Amino acid sequence: MDLDTITSVLQPRRTNDLPAWREGDAWLAGGTWLFSEPQPALARLIDLSGLDWPAAEISDTGLSLSATGTIAALDRLALPRDWVAAPLVGQCCRALLGSFKIWNRATVGGNLCTALPAGPMIALAVALDGTCVILRPGGGERHVPVLDFVLGPQRTALIPGEILRRIDMPAAALQRRTAFRRISLSPGGRSGALLIGTRGRAGGFALTVTAATPRPVQCSFADLPDAAALRAAIEAAIPEGGWYDDVHGAPDWRRHVTGLLAEEIREELAR
Amino acid sequence: MRITVNGQVQEAAPQPGQCLRTMLRDLGWFGVKKGCDAGDCGACTVHLDGEPIHSCLLPAFQAEGRAVTTIEGLAGSCTLDGAASTPLHPMQAAFRDAQGFQCGFCTPGMIMTAAALNQAQRQDLPTALKGNLCRCTGYRAIRDAVAGLAHAEASDAGHDGPVGRSLPAPASLAVVSGRAAYTFDCTIPGLLHLKVLRAPHAHARILHIDRAAALAVPGVVAVLTHEDAPRRRFSTGRHENPLDDAADTALLDPVIRFQGQRVAAVVAETEAAAMAGVRALRVTYAVRPALFDPRMALKPDAPLVHDPADRDPTGRDGDRAGEDAPPLLAHPNLAAEAHGAIGDVEAGFAQAHRVHEAEYVSQRVQHVHLETHGALGWLDADGRLTLRSSTQVPFLTRDALCALFDLDRDRVRVLCGRVGGGFGGKQEMLTEDLVALAVLATGRPVKYEMTREENFCSATTRHPMRVRVKVGARADGRLTAIALSVLSNTGAYGNHAGGVLHHGCNESLAAYNCPNKRVEGYAVYTHTLPAGAFRGYGLSQTIFAVESAIDELARGLGIDPFAMRRLNAVRPGDPMVATSLEPHDVVYGSYGLDQCLDLAERALADDPGEPPPGPEWLVGQGMAMGMIDTIPPRGHFAHARIRLEPDGGYALAIGTAEFGNGTSTVHGQIAAQALGTTPDRIRLIQADTDAVTHDTGAYGSTGTVVAGQANHRAASALAGRILAAAAAQAGTEPEACRLTRDGVETPSGVIPLTELARGDGFEATGDADGTPRSVSFNVQAFRVAVHPRTGETRILRSIQAADAGVVINPMQCRGQVEGGVAQALGAALYEDYRFDAEGGVLTRTLRNYHIPALADVPATQVLFADTHDTVGPLGAKSMSEAPYNPVAAALGNAIRDATGARLTATPFAPDRIYRSVMAVRETAGA
Repeated sequence: MDLDTITSVLQPRRTNDLPAWREGDAWLAGGTWLFSEPQPALARLIDLSGLDWPAAEISDTGLSLSATGTIAALDRLALPRDWVAAPLVGQCCRALLGSFKIWNRATVGGNLCTALPAGPMIALAVALDGTCVILRPGGGERHVPVLDFVLGPQRTALIPGEILRRIDMPAAALQRRTAFRRISLSPGGRSGALLIGTRGRAGGFALTVTAATPRPVQCSFADLPDAAALRAAIEAAIPEGGWYDDVHGAPDWRRHVTGLLAEEIREELAR
Repeated sequence: MRITVNGQVQEAAPQPGQCLRTMLRDLGWFGVKKGCDAGDCGACTVHLDGEPIHSCLLPAFQAEGRAVTTIEGLAGSCTLDGAASTPLHPMQAAFRDAQGFQCGFCTPGMIMTAAALNQAQRQDLPTALKGNLCRCTGYRAIRDAVAGLAHAEASDAGHDGPVGRSLPAPASLAVVSGRAAYTFDCTIPGLLHLKVLRAPHAHARILHIDRAAALAVPGVVAVLTHEDAPRRRFSTGRHENPLDDAADTALLDPVIRFQGQRVAAVVAETEAAAMAGVRALRVTYAVRPALFDPRMALKPDAPLVHDPADRDPTGRDGDRAGEDAPPLLAHPNLAAEAHGAIGDVEAGFAQAHRVHEAEYVSQRVQHVHLETHGALGWLDADGRLTLRSSTQVPFLTRDALCALFDLDRDRVRVLCGRVGGGFGGKQEMLTEDLVALAVLATGRPVKYEMTREENFCSATTRHPMRVRVKVGARADGRLTAIALSVLSNTGAYGNHAGGVLHHGCNESLAAYNCPNKRVEGYAVYTHTLPAGAFRGYGLSQTIFAVESAIDELARGLGIDPFAMRRLNAVRPGDPMVATSLEPHDVVYGSYGLDQCLDLAERALADDPGEPPPGPEWLVGQGMAMGMIDTIPPRGHFAHARIRLEPDGGYALAIGTAEFGNGTSTVHGQIAAQALGTTPDRIRLIQADTDAVTHDTGAYGSTGTVVAGQANHRAASALAGRILAAAAAQAGTEPEACRLTRDGVETPSGVIPLTELARGDGFEATGDADGTPRSVSFNVQAFRVAVHPRTGETRILRSIQAADAGVVINPMQCRGQVEGGVAQALGAALYEDYRFDAEGGVLTRTLRNYHIPALADVPATQVLFADTHDTVGPLGAKSMSEAPYNPVAAALGNAIRDATGARLTATPFAPDRIYRSVMAVRETAGA
């Protein structure tokens, strides 16, 4: 929609040209969230598309995704064969509520920074032990685990003027086996619960719970837990009242289906 | 900046925060639609350098130097005015041939998306089209279009005339090419924009509105508050008789009765200035306690929605109750009441071997027509107030404006472009009064287009209802008594409160033979957004209750649900009685319920449908029926005028609007049938108060049966006159002559119509008064699978049998049924409003108010009964609201069969039903 309070747009070409932050500024990446809601408090857009950050870099150390890379570009990535977690990428892209047309514009960083409980890029990045690389105003950067980056619905660890540059995921995480489960109130609807399990070659097991909770939750185990231990760990990590409540699922149902899906994941990764 | 649109290099100067959609429309590319303005519906889809995107989400400046293709240019480069010369892209042709649209508002975006799909995506349409919402079709016709299946027959002459044939809509080419002009698809020089400040409180009195800062905003032309508006009260609900609805609404009211009510309007040179003006208004409110729960409305200490103390003491505002189902009790929160009884209900229950009693709750749902409410207004060359509006009722709106502003009928004109969906929501005056006020205040043209958010937060919805039903039957299944107790929540205003209550309690009961019936119904005011007319008009809510209860009763008695209906439903000769023995004008013009029951039952038995998704899923089947009067009571009128034109074609003037109802197609077929011609020879002049004397409007499923009747009478009269003249000229009798597409065949040769059209010409008129009325029937059956632990439901098979009389256009009528089923599935499975503690609507976007997407809608097999109605034109009956009505009950009955759980509240969303489903299983397993 028209953001009619916007009076100016900056289109920096280099990271060094990013302007000093001021009240009423917004970083513009794909715009698929920014332009989907009224933004009466905004006055200036800083368009990041001219920075030409490469969408993704693959190296021995792992996968690095630029915040401005689109979901479509991510879905097209060809990953090394020993990164057996690769199917997770497509599964998480498909979990996006928006269609492939949105993929053409929406960015990985935008999905993280919007910080909706159902943001599938959040689930992907948390499950793969992602780290957010954040550019600080005036130079310098800081690193925050994705798990700690998303604080709650539409709330992140970014302070005004900071910008999410990229998300780094270590090769070790990409070499784990994964299991993906998602449920929503309608077949293609927004996720009510999105769970990812990972299992390392050494046996380590981690369960990432998103969409069912206001922010991502991860339960880690040195080895595969039994059903009761997994249940107990979820209960310990997500207290009563810790389940998300909105039109995409009642909290009691999210809790219930999280238990069901977690057990399915455990069984799948036990095989 | 420079941009290439459809091959044309264009200069544009977008505002910094403007989206591409607005810029393209400003350039005149009106095929790019504004549906949700938030990236959810896909109506604005264009190609950016060949890639499909939602143009409402793309900042316009990012399109600089790039190539954009809109629907107008999909087939190749084109100019703005190059309408007819452009050939169709294969996907446009496919949508035309499959008639993959109804109102057509989603069609440009649907085609632009479909045209960009690769082979793999075409194989997975539920995923590929999840970003494109259609509210009309139920998606089957869209699937068929993408698959390249054609359904439309050629519109040249058939052997038996056009009636009964699947002819395409006359606007097909315009719709698929993006050239059909909807309400806002026109350029008006000097247009002002109107925006509304909406109340942040559910109940308050406005103490003061400080407009100084708003008026100081550059571009703001006027601020309108209750001090500027007429005091006279009216109802937004429109009926032939304006006294039917309570006159309880003011154009701008110092008393706020729901969060989202209009507080003031700002009129400005641009939308941005109008919005800035709205933000600059300073309003002081005295906040009052609010009433949200309809069950509390009639308590003695309930906050009063229409406090008598707020009334104009002089009574000059005309505040009064509605005359359809008027309130009898003295409580001011009572908007309408319906009571009636036949026989002795208590004695009936005493005779019953089995009784079922439960309360069934139907939630608040929205129409979600993809074109939001809105109107354009201006003064014409003679200074006449003219409105181009998105309405189902142009004539009744004209009359309402005349009454409100004290204007004579000849000083107001209301007309429609193509209307982007209605579903009853546009049987209201929700924008035209404000636009008229602004036009009269400024003397300039004014546009008010509701945002999608306003549509959710301040326009009307279905009436939420709690229906307590008690039914009893003997061991042989014969009903002994039915009692309904209905509590309907009309929200802050009483538009349609009485009519919906009255109608809801009528056909749902009249469909059954039962000696003892009783209804007590109350429609109450609350401090929530007003409910209004909605497809089914009360019946979807009461039929959910009655048909669930009958199913439960049959189940308890061990009787098959189809057999239960055969045993108890009315048959020709049976009196159709709800709860009054007063005479009425409803007759069995035809009767097809027996066929519908047989057709649905057989289809369900013959084909089990899709397999369940997994072995643990529980499978069951269920059905429900609905009866509906073919025309609303209390008067429904139409006039038609038809003229032979110099080119040998005909101009047909008719009042009804086209909003996806398909009436335009039917009008062409009816007139062509009577005149021995083809529909392409019939030019429609429609939905314009200048076109004919009067037309009550296309609501209550009347487009075919009332306006079509007037058309048929006019066209038949004209045919008679032409034949008589030709016979006289040929020196023979009219019986010896035959009217054909090009002329009148006489024993002495053909007299061309072009020759007959010379001179004084031929014209005829026809009227219809909407009485007597007939009944139509629908039977819905489902086979479903339910996941025993997550509560997910999947429809394996869906069948609807419909008794529509003679089906004038089978393809189109099938589409109406499919669309009705899909819309009803939305209400049965997903859609619901959520409010915060202060009465504010939380479900303000389509991503938070889930209407069915392609993935959510199964194919529904549509079967027609073979009947011929003695009341409707050419044997036809109405079939537009009715398919919606039995769906929720049929689905609930199927889920009951699968799981053992009787669900008594819609929607049957997984998070709401899983406990019931699991509880039954656990009990059974224990």
